[in-house]
Amino acid sequence: MLTYFLRRLFMLIPLLIGISLISFLVIHLAPGKPTDVQLQLNQKVSLQVRERLEKLYGLDEPLPVQYAKWLSRLVRLDFGNSFIDNRPVMTMISERIPVTLTINLFSLLLILLIAVPIGVFSAVHEDTFFDRAMTVFVFIGFAMPTFWLALLLMKFFGVTLHCLPVSGIRSISFEYYSGWEKFIDYLRHLLLPVIISAFTGLAGLSRYMRTSMINVLHQDYIRTAKAKGLPQRRIYFRHAMSNALLPVITLLGLSVPGLIGGSVIAESIFAIPGMGKLFYDAVMSRDYPVIMGVLVIGTLLTLVGNLAADLAYSFADPRIRTGEQSG
Amino acid sequence: MTKVFFKNKPAVAGALIILVMALFALSAPLSGYQPDEVDIGSYLLAPNAQHIMGTDLLGRDLFSRMAYGARISLLVGIVSVGISVAIGIFFGAIAGYYGGKIDMLIMRFVDIMLCFPSIFLILALVALFEPGIMIIMAVIGVTGWMGISRLVRAEILSLKEREFVLAARACGVSNARIITRHLIPNAAGPVLVSATLGVAAAILVESSLSFLGIGVQPPTPSWGNILMDAKASLGAAWWLTLFPGVAIFITVLGYNLLGEGLRDILLPRK
Repeated sequence: MLTYFLRRLFMLIPLLIGISLISFLVIHLAPGKPTDVQLQLNQKVSLQVRERLEKLYGLDEPLPVQYAKWLSRLVRLDFGNSFIDNRPVMTMISERIPVTLTINLFSLLLILLIAVPIGVFSAVHEDTFFDRAMTVFVFIGFAMPTFWLALLLMKFFGVTLHCLPVSGIRSISFEYYSGWEKFIDYLRHLLLPVIISAFTGLAGLSRYMRTSMINVLHQDYIRTAKAKGLPQRRIYFRHAMSNALLPVITLLGLSVPGLIGGSVIAESIFAIPGMGKLFYDAVMSRDYPVIMGVLVIGTLLTLVGNLAADLAYSFADPRIRTGEQSG
Repeated sequence: MTKVFFKNKPAVAGALIILVMALFALSAPLSGYQPDEVDIGSYLLAPNAQHIMGTDLLGRDLFSRMAYGARISLLVGIVSVGISVAIGIFFGAIAGYYGGKIDMLIMRFVDIMLCFPSIFLILALVALFEPGIMIIMAVIGVTGWMGISRLVRAEILSLKEREFVLAARACGVSNARIITRHLIPNAAGPVLVSATLGVAAAILVESSLSFLGIGVQPPTPSWGNILMDAKASLGAAWWLTLFPGVAIFITVLGYNLLGEGLRDILLPRK
């Protein structure tokens, strides 16, 4: 287990170097080189921005020096100061991360709580009315533009029913609430964003869970369990589901970049002051240091998510846990 | 083959939807209005005989804007996936055929690209340039080729030791020719399925970006930026919210259905 963990950590090194290289490349696409023809046409990038970019990333120095500088910045998580309000980018990001993580964790929880039972039930009752209805739901989920769904939910719950807040994370009278009321108020603000972030993943995971469960149900040991007369519930939930859940762990890890990326859309629509909104605002105002900072941090979060999924998998799968090669 | 296709209900339904949307895109001039023809006097009209889908805040005819928007969405979807397919086939074929260090390097590169949350990468790249249709297509294409390269690589890995490849090599056929003539055509099935689903994803990304104001820029109409305008008049004009949303939904659904249908037809489970 420990060797697996160490080996997995070791494998991160080339990934991290690659990420630093690609993000370095992205900076270099930034207007700022003296030869940049586009600059003259691009009014949003003023001469001043160019000078500040040059100073921040040392764009007038030889490439290897520039990369070394960028790397040393990355290691220290120092992305410079925002062009807009001159605050350190890392401070701005760390203020914004908690909300985004909260929304994403709640979405993951929601996805698991709904999609796993749906998937299992569909698989057990393959080709019944419920299963077909769920297939339709999955196609709807995949095709639904989440920002449109967000608009519809805002209109319905916010404007028509007037029962949920549609913007920000706090009511105006937040300061006068008691601790419990503050908590409820916070949850009410997060409800719609969480639903929106979870929506696409919900369809995907329930589909995946169904396929995985069907595969398991066709295996010999399930037939054996049935043949020796084990109660159905025990077969489905104990024998089949625990194995069908294994690949789901990996899928959850793979869905992290989508969730983090999706926060840009959900947070901009609902005006949630999280990392996604920070990124959106930075993009709109061409605040390059913030853009680079969020890009790198978002990618690191993805790496952490994948790592966590791999570790969870190795923990859940005895074949890896005991050090055997999985077959 | 055609018989198998017409028996597959999802594929036929998807193809029909795509056909209808293409006709809709072609029908754009039929509305009798220009998509950017401002008529302040008739702003926010509900659907009626003159404007069958109503008008927006500036009195522009929504049908005309929707139909031109359909052109944009289909164009962005297909071109960006074309770019992804080209890059994906290129890297996948080289990695699969040559193997060894080249394979390892390319596949590590794929792993790295997959670590970047794609919306972040897309937005960062768009921010560096001026947003516009060309940039959107290029950026969606450049950030979406990884899955296809993995597919092509896997396919070529499983084929390159087969007799017909050895025979071709024995005849002195060049590597480039073996790859392009003998190997890549065999990967057409999975690539086609993945590309069809990719068009759906690209249309969703484009409309999200346009909705956020970072995609197709007004006055060029796109379903996403019509919805952005609709947000401003929420509640007052249901048609502004309904039509573009339904159009995106149906189109994406169409490509997804066609993709899943093609998967059943071309890649039967072993």
